[in-house]
Amino acid sequence: MIVRIIGEGQFELESRYYDELNAIDNRLVEFVAKEDEEAFKEELKKLVDLIMEKGHPIDPSRIVESDIIIPPPDITLDEAKEIFRGEGLFPDLE
Amino acid sequence: MGLLSRTSTIIKAKISRFLDRFEDPRETLDYSYNKQVELLNKVRRNIASVVTAKKRLEMQLEKLRGNVERLDEQAREAVKLGREDLAKIALQRKYRTLSEISLLEKQIDSLAREQGRLEAAEKRLAAKIESFRAYKEVIKAQYTAAEAQVKITEAVTGISEEMEDVGMTIRRAEDKTEEMKARALALEELVEKGTLTDVLTAGKDEITRELEKITEEAKVEEELEAIKREVSG
Repeated sequence: MIVRIIGEGQFELESRYYDELNAIDNRLVEFVAKEDEEAFKEELKKLVDLIMEKGHPIDPSRIVESDIIIPPPDITLDEAKEIFRGEGLFPDLE
Repeated sequence: MGLLSRTSTIIKAKISRFLDRFEDPRETLDYSYNKQVELLNKVRRNIASVVTAKKRLEMQLEKLRGNVERLDEQAREAVKLGREDLAKIALQRKYRTLSEISLLEKQIDSLAREQGRLEAAEKRLAAKIESFRAYKEVIKAQYTAAEAQVKITEAVTGISEEMEDVGMTIRRAEDKTEEMKARALALEELVEKGTLTDVLTAGKDEITRELEKITEEAKVEEELEAIKREVSG
């Protein structure tokens, strides 16, 4: 599968990591709900590290859609909440 | 819905709204290409603006480092003259300046990271635009309308995702840069308001003036004594 980390580019990751990504994602949601910023940041770092270590960067000249898009690694808890609330964090394509 | 699926959904919805705007898919190609070039220029402007903000903070850092040295010398001089009170003030200011310095160093690091991110984003976008430009001509020339539609949607979707990514990277860098500009300005305001005036300006400060006064008084005394001796002798 193809994973994009915003601000870091796209990576090709074997699909066997899908469950692991999902588990981390569930914990991220939990930490956002609990407003536990520290745990949230740690978990997000785990996610980004996993993708960067196990995945292979995609040639930047290749134009391909991602299966999964990960928010920027340094996103704050407030920004994460904003992602759940609406689209405001992401720029509009005009 | 998880954070990742939510992020993906938002971005994909934005891209699909963008694609829906065009009746003729070929039109999408040219329009998107122009937008890509605009965005590339925007990234480049942003890199320049981060570099400027970083330079400004670096200059302030240099100034503050110079002040630490100066305050050290002043503390020593004050002790030599038996003015512990002045030495204490100088040392207090030195430590205040040192904590300001460590804060500035962190902020400069953070701007350097933003710069790195933007430069990487610029490279990725430039590479994709180059491919898109070539591909766009191939699609226009070789594919039937029906085939072209699918190819165009694929290509524009793929590159729009990159544009969302770069757009967000720019926005975050802009926020940080604004924050740092405000920070640099606040430091300068402190200089003007006098809170740190004597610490930050290269000119004479209170401590220097006080030390000069002592030296002058000593000279006056010395000369007075000399005159007295002359007159009486």
